[in-house]
Amino acid sequence: MAINNIYSAALMEHNAHPDYKYQMDNPDYQHEGVNPSCGDDIVLSMDVEDGVIKEIAFTGSGCAVSQSSTDIMSDLLTDKTVDEAYDLCSLFLKMIRGEVTDDKVLAKLGEAAQLKDISHMPARVKCAELGWRTCMTIIDDQIRGKKTA
Amino acid sequence: MTTEFVTPTTGASNTSTRDMLSKVIDIEGNPYKRDFPLLANNPQISFLDSAATAQRPKSVLDAQRDFYERLNSNPLRGLYKLSVEATAAVDEVREKVAKFINADSPDDIVFTRNATESLNLMAKSLGGSILKPGDEVVITIMEHHSNLIPWQQVCRQTGAKLVYMYPDKEGFLSDEEIETKIGPKAKIVSVAQVSNVLGVENPVKKIGERAHQQGAYFIVDGAQSAPHMHVDVKDIGCDAFAFSGHKMFSPMGIGVLWARKNILEKMPPMLTGGEMIESVTEDDAVWAELPHKFEAGTQDAAGIVGLGAAVDYINSIGMDRMEAREHALVKYLAEQLSQLDFVRIFGPKDPAQHTAVVAFNVCGIHPHDVASILDASDVCIRAGHHCAMPLMTWMGVHSTCRASVAMYNDKKDIDQLISGLKKVWAVFNGDK
Repeated sequence: MAINNIYSAALMEHNAHPDYKYQMDNPDYQHEGVNPSCGDDIVLSMDVEDGVIKEIAFTGSGCAVSQSSTDIMSDLLTDKTVDEAYDLCSLFLKMIRGEVTDDKVLAKLGEAAQLKDISHMPARVKCAELGWRTCMTIIDDQIRGKKTA
Repeated sequence: MTTEFVTPTTGASNTSTRDMLSKVIDIEGNPYKRDFPLLANNPQISFLDSAATAQRPKSVLDAQRDFYERLNSNPLRGLYKLSVEATAAVDEVREKVAKFINADSPDDIVFTRNATESLNLMAKSLGGSILKPGDEVVITIMEHHSNLIPWQQVCRQTGAKLVYMYPDKEGFLSDEEIETKIGPKAKIVSVAQVSNVLGVENPVKKIGERAHQQGAYFIVDGAQSAPHMHVDVKDIGCDAFAFSGHKMFSPMGIGVLWARKNILEKMPPMLTGGEMIESVTEDDAVWAELPHKFEAGTQDAAGIVGLGAAVDYINSIGMDRMEAREHALVKYLAEQLSQLDFVRIFGPKDPAQHTAVVAFNVCGIHPHDVASILDASDVCIRAGHHCAMPLMTWMGVHSTCRASVAMYNDKKDIDQLISGLKKVWAVFNGDK
């Protein structure tokens, strides 16, 4: 696995200049996601109107993979319905774990599909997943109000 | 042409001998790598994570295998020759380990799984039976979680207070801090001899003297010292000493606790069951003699034999020579790192004050990214909180990179790290 495939220009750009990394005022929903093994720590905030994500942003610290992955996710999920967002998160996790590899299916993830190769780097899977897992937790626990298995 | 300065090993650690040796040690040469199959078979790898776990020499792997092939039987139990030999093999290692740390009696050597279990045993068994509300347990902020959480837990259970000693910015504990924090309420003081992050060697003799003046027990976590320096529990003056085999070339899963006999005698066992009893009735049990009281269930006898082979390996090289080589290596490592203007080193400014480990960060680049990109150059370092989260908080960082050396490393390993770090910087910042 060539490391340079992961640290692409696009990923480095999201890491250096994240568009969605800021503190939202009084967000409807907020959750802190942590990777205990590496200390990555993000707080994801979200405003939802009529079942559509109107604004999403994050704060916190972590590696380039976790930060840029969360930034790419925020871009993808803006203006999506909560259900669409949940399915996209779910698809992203399947891609990162190597369970879905079909590029046609993964095209739905847009730019996030570029993180596919992380599925070959087990040590970095958790970094890439952090934002997406945190988003699913918000939808499960706070928006749908129930935990799913 | 590889030359190694040869000197007879002396008993006690001697700084001037080490310094003298480190001047003539040839870190370009490496007569040791060939002893370690993983390193010999993977010459492209620069393994700089021995503080997490060391590699094992062939002699250790052979000893472990030999136990299963030649002696396998349950020590202590059988009355047949195999079991008698297996028992003798375990006893022999107990003696070797006692000598290795200059303990009086092999009966005071308890085999555990690792330093973590040894320290848990002290916390639960000694701490759990003597601590009362208002008592104090004193540790340092630089403890590995293994010498921190067990005390946090036992303090919570007993109502005792956990007190931290804080070093200066470079990692050195002052006399004043030691005297202020170890007061009359202190009942247990437990300190790492060497920090697994900062690499500093703590003044354990001084801390022990203060602890004993105040009537406290003094426990030393030797996980990062036993692999790298002469340990003399009498000279340190501690009441207990814990270390892991796997950081000093042994198999994983074998560790050691030494404690003074009178303390071990009054400590209750942490685990109970087979092999740790004298007699059992329906309502009661009488514990076995030391050290078996603390070794419930079948021990990892092959691991113990492996530990014995590791001690033999260290003795065959000589701790003085190992220490001198590692000293020269870590000095070169810290010096080379400090020449990179985008690297910030933690711990002592003086490279010579680092024992085997150097923690550092690359400006603006998360340690996990650093370690991942270094991995592409076959450089193995640790990145994260190093099981020392309170220390990270105190240092004001989330995590760091850490490179650590053992005597099987050489100059090339460190040069590979340095050129790898230049690549890391280039990936993030271009070839500026």
